[in-house]
Amino acid sequence: MNVKRMYTVIEAKKSASAFNFKELIRYKDLFYYMVLRDITVMYKQTVLGFLWAVLNPFFQVVIFSVIFGTIAGIKTGIDGLPYPVFSCLAIIPWNYFSSTFAASSNSLVNSANVFTKVYFPRLIIPLVPIFSKLTDFFISLLILVAVMFYFNYTPGNNWYYFLLPLFIILISSAGFGIWLSSLVLQFRDFRFAINFLTPLLLYAAPVAFPALKVKEKLGNTAYELYALYPMVGGIEGFRSSFVNGAIFPWTLVLISAASALFIFFTGVIYFKKMEKHFADVA
Amino acid sequence: MLHNTNENIAAKVTNLGKAYRIGVEEEKDKNLSTTLLNALLSPIKNFKKIKSLNKLSSTTEGKDVFWANRNISFEVKQGEVLGIIGKNGAGKSTLLKMLSRITEPTEGKIELYGRIASLLEVGTGFNPELTGKENIFLNGTILGLTKNEIEERFDSIVEFSGIEKFIETPVKRYSSGMKVRLAFAVAAHLDPEILIIDEVLAVGDAEFQKKCLGKMQEVAGKEGRTVLFVSHDMAAVKNLCTRAILLQQGNIAFEGSATEVVNYYLQNAASITSQRNLDFSQAKGNKNFVVTDIEMLDENSNSIQIAESGRDFQLKISYETKEIPINPVVIILVKNNLEQVLFTCLSRNSYNGTMQLNSQGSIICNIPKLPLLSGLYTLDIVLKYDQEVTFSLENIFSFEVEKGDFFGTGKINDDMMNGMIINHNWVIQ
Repeated sequence: MNVKRMYTVIEAKKSASAFNFKELIRYKDLFYYMVLRDITVMYKQTVLGFLWAVLNPFFQVVIFSVIFGTIAGIKTGIDGLPYPVFSCLAIIPWNYFSSTFAASSNSLVNSANVFTKVYFPRLIIPLVPIFSKLTDFFISLLILVAVMFYFNYTPGNNWYYFLLPLFIILISSAGFGIWLSSLVLQFRDFRFAINFLTPLLLYAAPVAFPALKVKEKLGNTAYELYALYPMVGGIEGFRSSFVNGAIFPWTLVLISAASALFIFFTGVIYFKKMEKHFADVA
Repeated sequence: MLHNTNENIAAKVTNLGKAYRIGVEEEKDKNLSTTLLNALLSPIKNFKKIKSLNKLSSTTEGKDVFWANRNISFEVKQGEVLGIIGKNGAGKSTLLKMLSRITEPTEGKIELYGRIASLLEVGTGFNPELTGKENIFLNGTILGLTKNEIEERFDSIVEFSGIEKFIETPVKRYSSGMKVRLAFAVAAHLDPEILIIDEVLAVGDAEFQKKCLGKMQEVAGKEGRTVLFVSHDMAAVKNLCTRAILLQQGNIAFEGSATEVVNYYLQNAASITSQRNLDFSQAKGNKNFVVTDIEMLDENSNSIQIAESGRDFQLKISYETKEIPINPVVIILVKNNLEQVLFTCLSRNSYNGTMQLNSQGSIICNIPKLPLLSGLYTLDIVLKYDQEVTFSLENIFSFEVEKGDFFGTGKINDDMMNGMIINHNWVIQ
């Protein structure tokens, strides 16, 4: 009998297993259902449901506007841009990043009971939140519309530029998530580290203040180095796309894009290298 | 990857081995200053320890290295149903995890020809908040099916599970039985070329088990699918498998037809847990009439180490006496692992006539269709004659019983957790 059958070899590999894109495609339906599961389950048994995705950023915008806009008196740096619109444009992408980052980092530990029982490409696990959290992101854009409407603010013509910074935010969330999910699984220390790291990352990102302040106070080199933190280009770029009269910060965006891609690809390499031990350490 | 094969081999395992690191006792601190120093250095030590968990190769040796499997080689032909049996800790699960690609071997190689599905657990990834329908799709894709494949089989899955009415209900409202049925229904529709299956049949009610076994037989037999089947259930292995391997301490101890391997296992493999307390000096009594040895035999009087539920069972008690006893009485108390006496074999009542014994010899107590569930049992033996106890020893012998097909129905007694099995039948009028 001469039949063509699928052939699989399982053996000890010295190096990182090759990135098997074909296999990932084969499991696209699993990916889809895991994303769907996260979205369906997220607001189950809540009264307000998806309203939370709106309420959460709404209160943040109020707090930010009162504390940083009114009390601290931070200027938006652009004429005619009210502080609530300014902070809302940063809070929405920030919320996406922080929630994805948290969910993705803990994803492997939380699904240990699945991947120790059945084989599928483990890389799917930390990538699921990148997509499932997009629902919240898009729903929370309603707040942005509402805030702009309230302040009678018209966005600039280049608003569609936001796709590039959004891409940076997605890639960096994925990159951080992949790195930390495999680290958390091996060293649970990272769980604690993430808890204090997340607020620090928020202060460091240009959420409450414009990134240009860094250039103003610390000089151009610091400004460019600052963009190595991918959320700098992500958030500042996102905000600038919608702001009327703002210059799109290409330098920041390009540096952040490169940095995000770097974090993402090194993360994937590290993940693939450690993947074979996941079932043993989980 | 597609591969041309001339032989009809489905799986080939060559020199497979898997090592784990196990904890080694740490040195105790001698004084306060070393305690403080060690506390400061412990992050470095912990880091090294966690790192070393991953660093294992075929040359790794050391007292903290444990080989869960080593030098395992076997072949499975297409359409064959291979049973993998062995005691707990013999390395069955590790072997299965390597075969199903969950963990990577430390050495050796596995080659598989065909689409693989592994079932180490039923209902992997079930989410209680999702409905039955949503869980079918989630669980199905986790097990390697595509959306289209599940859609094609959806009606059949729902019908098989028998819970059509609740398919739109969140799974958290299901009874545990319903959950298992749904999970099994998905698993039964996997349709791979090679199916790797763990002891998943141990859950669910007997009727549904039968249905699953039937479906498995259908998959294995009619469609020429290959099945690798790990089980503790001797009856299931004998019923389902064409061939079997016996694992012992991580190695293949015996290989052959399913019946051969099961018999070999029952006769030899269990010596670790079944043990005789041959130190009879602790016994009470005047020692005029004593036990010298105890042995378990199967229906053909072959010595066995593990008994099987529902199979004829003999207990051979060797004795010695100082004088020819008058009206000797043998009492055997069978106790479960909770020290509860389940039954007593009392020769005064069950032996027809008067026992005539020589100065030494053996007495065989014959128990047809051993009515014990799987588990560990112990015996107390008392010998008497002439109204006087000559020998009495508690926990003189312990033995293990494996699951078996007591009723001859092909249904295994998993639902029964306590007590014993009593032969009975039902009449429908």
